Amino acid sequence: MRGLTPLPPEREAALSGLYAAASGAAPGRTLASFAVVAVLALLAGLAAEVRPLVFAENIGKFTAYLAQIWPPVGLEHPLEDVRAWYWGLPKWLALLGETVLIAYLGTLLGGLAGFTLSFVAAANLVRSPVVRFVAKRFLEVCRTIPDVVFALLFVIAFGLGPMVGVLALAVHTTGALGKLFSEVVENIDMRPVEGLSASGASWIETVRFAVLPQVLSNFASYALLRFEINVRGAAVLGFVGAGGIGQEFLAAIRNFYYADVSAILGLIILTVICIDLATEQVRHRLTGSEEAR
Amino acid sequence: MSAARSETLRAEARADLARLRARYPAQFRTDRAARLRVVVIVCAVIGLAGFGAWQFEMSPARIFNGLGRLGTFAVLMLPPSPEGQFWTFLHALGETLGIAFLGTLTAAILAFPVALLAARNVVPNPFAHFAVRRGLDVMRSVDVLIWALIWINVVGLGPFAGMLAIACSDFGAFGKLFSEAIETCDRKPGEGVVASGGSALHRIRFGLIPGVLPVLASQVLYFFESNTRSATIIGIVGAGGIGQYLTELIRVLELKQVAFLVLMILATVAAIDWVSTRLRRAIIGPAAR
Repeated sequence: MRGLTPLPPEREAALSGLYAAASGAAPGRTLASFAVVAVLALLAGLAAEVRPLVFAENIGKFTAYLAQIWPPVGLEHPLEDVRAWYWGLPKWLALLGETVLIAYLGTLLGGLAGFTLSFVAAANLVRSPVVRFVAKRFLEVCRTIPDVVFALLFVIAFGLGPMVGVLALAVHTTGALGKLFSEVVENIDMRPVEGLSASGASWIETVRFAVLPQVLSNFASYALLRFEINVRGAAVLGFVGAGGIGQEFLAAIRNFYYADVSAILGLIILTVICIDLATEQVRHRLTGSEEAR
Repeated sequence: MSAARSETLRAEARADLARLRARYPAQFRTDRAARLRVVVIVCAVIGLAGFGAWQFEMSPARIFNGLGRLGTFAVLMLPPSPEGQFWTFLHALGETLGIAFLGTLTAAILAFPVALLAARNVVPNPFAHFAVRRGLDVMRSVDVLIWALIWINVVGLGPFAGMLAIACSDFGAFGKLFSEAIETCDRKPGEGVVASGGSALHRIRFGLIPGVLPVLASQVLYFFESNTRSATIIGIVGAGGIGQYLTELIRVLELKQVAFLVLMILATVAAIDWVSTRLRRAIIGPAAR
């Protein structure tokens, strides 16, 4: 510690008084909120049947499981080992491609629906509270019901296959993106809108020339973020028979094909991270170009 | 505004078009290169979509048939009723909430110290930064359902596995979000603490944490809300909560009960949404989003 110049005594007295007052007010509230969180955690622990002892006893199983699925690649002939480990690569790559395509189509269809509905749900563009209310509640229902539940229902209605995955993701994405989009629309600068209404533009023209230029880069950025989430979601939709790599993965886990589990999991993680990095680049460019404007 | 008045305004604006064109040529010029780029991008997007639709055999006939069947389902869902299983469902819903709450809380508590490690302005070591970030990415890119399958192998079927699954997948997400919040935090308070003789730990405790804590708390609340939604599905693989009933009832087409369950979930999520919006406002002030 360097030598510090001590404060003049009266200044120090004033400061320490202030500090005592400021810190004296806080503990009561902090303690109360901690107590509330602790009680809630206890209740949640009871509801979720948390058993720390079972956890402590079985944590060895977790590491054992990790050891079992650890890639069977030795140092003597690593290339052959990797080839044996990824014996199903062509099939898995095709399924992964299907997964990404499901996510793409789901995001696109859901994005288009959310795009249309977001303008209807935005408070600054639609005067009628009834229309707005209906649009908002519809988006909320689409958003709250998880995509897997939609997939379960759609599998019965449309039959097994990737189309079900696309539709399930599309419905859920409509809700999620519709909400985000309408929030973007509600935060726009209203002057261009007023200018266009003042020169007699129709509602569609106002949206096209006054709203769209302001929101498009944000929309694209949110849609890309959603695409990334949907790739992760599409990877598990196969659990309920909605196409993609999920079915193969579930079979590997259920049948204890340990090497396959790590091989497919590795492929999924690699794909998700690649898409994550790529969309992040594009999003930075999109928001960057907006700031430069 | 009445349609007739907007028509007159329109006519007036149009009448002056030639002079407007002469006065503001830049506004009327078409940018060929930009337009071409847009056309190419749109064609690529549509082309890929068309390929996907063809690959997945998404014919209009199939879609209409399915929609017809969905319509029948919608009729069968009315009126939603628990058919005497209300208390079972309520218990499962409580389990779901417990899973979401404890999973989020555990993830947040575990992720906070790791996020400090991953933040460039706290630990300036690029290798630590890179390693922690990639580790978090791996945890994040594994879906909750996959984590649930893994944890079921360890602690058996039931909600505990679900809670651990949520904690694991959120740990990755929180680590990333928290470290980004810490990196964008105002550095002046920290500099002030160091300038008046504080150590590195003092800087974090008094210069950093007061600034980022409200942001982190708001993110945790947001995740609790979204985890309530994901906790409703982990029952599908047997990890507790309302999802196991939802799956079974959909499989046997007990659609009245399904509709009731969905309404219960909607009401719960709306309630949590309301509470967490108020809490967020209280924590970060009225400017909260």
